[in-house]
Amino acid sequence: MSNLLEIRNIETYYGPVMAIRGVSMDVPQGKIVSLLGANGAGKTTVLKAISGAMDPQKGTVTYDGVDIQGHDPDWVARKGIAHVPEGREVFPFLNVDENLRMGAFSRRDAEIQQDLDMVYDYFPILKELHKAQAVNLSGGQQQMLAIGRALMLRPKLMLLDEPSLGLSPRLVHEISEIIARLNAEQGVTVLLVEQNAKMALEVGDYGYVMEIGRIVMEDTCERLREAPDIQEFYLGMKDHGVRGRRRWKQRKTWR
Amino acid sequence: MEVLQLLISGISQGCVYGLIALGFVLIYKATEMVNFAQGDIMMLGAYVAITFISLWEVPYYWAVPATILVMATVGVILERVLLRPMIGEPHFAVLMLTIGLGFVLRALAGAIWGNEPRALPMPYVGDVLRLGEVVIGYENLAIILGTALLCLLMWLFFSFTRIGIAMQAASQNQLAAFYVGIPVKRMFSLVWALSAAIAALAGILTAPVSLVDPLIGFVGIKAFAAAIVGGFGSMPGAIIGGLLVGVVEQFAGLYLPPGFSDMSAYVLLLVMLVIRPQGLFATMQKKKV
Repeated sequence: MSNLLEIRNIETYYGPVMAIRGVSMDVPQGKIVSLLGANGAGKTTVLKAISGAMDPQKGTVTYDGVDIQGHDPDWVARKGIAHVPEGREVFPFLNVDENLRMGAFSRRDAEIQQDLDMVYDYFPILKELHKAQAVNLSGGQQQMLAIGRALMLRPKLMLLDEPSLGLSPRLVHEISEIIARLNAEQGVTVLLVEQNAKMALEVGDYGYVMEIGRIVMEDTCERLREAPDIQEFYLGMKDHGVRGRRRWKQRKTWR
Repeated sequence: MEVLQLLISGISQGCVYGLIALGFVLIYKATEMVNFAQGDIMMLGAYVAITFISLWEVPYYWAVPATILVMATVGVILERVLLRPMIGEPHFAVLMLTIGLGFVLRALAGAIWGNEPRALPMPYVGDVLRLGEVVIGYENLAIILGTALLCLLMWLFFSFTRIGIAMQAASQNQLAAFYVGIPVKRMFSLVWALSAAIAALAGILTAPVSLVDPLIGFVGIKAFAAAIVGGFGSMPGAIIGGLLVGVVEQFAGLYLPPGFSDMSAYVLLLVMLVIRPQGLFATMQKKKV
């Protein structure tokens, strides 16, 4: 099994602040990889370093055998990496149809219409609203639009940044089902960044956990679900057993 | 009749303001930079047209598209050489750069074409159209029709073409535009080409009415007021704002003591800022954090 994306030792800075302190990750072809971590752990920065919105000062990002770090994000997108940024980031004053068609901007083939129908198949609600301005859509609909727009690129790799952000549990479930379906039916490889660990570990094949700019744990999602640290910190399954574990004393970080 | 006459000359003058304001707005919307050299680019456009028509005696139906093409190229060069390195720099730095650019262009025009006013001999100059008692010079008619045609073309371009919609997308959400693979930097060049081309058209249209000298670019300041009146960032607003400024100016010229005419654009601006600070067609969108 080959890796579609390999990240080796990347470091990035926001001014003097080091956001990623040497992260290495593999995203195997055809899999869903989840990246977990609390606020400020550097998850989003990893995605930005992949898609070219930020250039890593050190390290390499290899996609499909080619080093892609240091290129502009539009170049990276044209290589087949679709980044669905945090907070949806639709084009507010374009309608749904135009938003989706913009997703296929870099494509010139004749199958754009076919892919548009496919996106409408996945998200029937968007078809109903296809003439509505994106700004008037609800949060969940905008998230679907952002994912649909990314699909229009016909990506090999999708970077999803907190697709569950601000959505109701039902919608979170719906989105995670869509992600699983896209992976299974379209063969899209997914790198999923999430704070919603439950969802991320259910839908993912392999998981990484980040803290303060470093990868502190990695394993299959199945095993991560069972790991006591993950259960306590991310899944909220606190063990109310003997004398109640006082986690702030025991362990503040994994470093 | 007098009112109607004033209205028409106001509209024709206002169209010129509107066209320059459109250039301001286009660049601002796409790149969040304010190009204070917009008026001077119009001046340059007028001189390029004069060079083609008077000096090289190119027939005007070739000279007009050639001028627009030349100026679009100038726009691209300015963006690539001067403005692109400024991405990410503070706004005032960009502001100073474009103001400086204006000075350079004025000096350059003076050096190349001289400081004495020149005329642009368009074939329609001098004829008038009589509608009852109202008299419209063909040069004024050309301004109005030319502006209307341009507005139509712009609307078609931005609403229906792939590139036009991509330009809208890039101005509405730059990051997302990058992520879907729109070459945003090339879009910036294109926006500069477009607004320089519009400025060139404004120069060509206005040159037969007012003579051309290196300082005509200063109407850019009035056009800037017009852009704000229209709601900086709205393209229809820029044109409407331009028309308002033009019409108010004409009426102020006749009914108010001398001097008020030149002032009226700024009075209108102040009044607008007091009663409706967001302008006529506000397109202020909330910036997401």
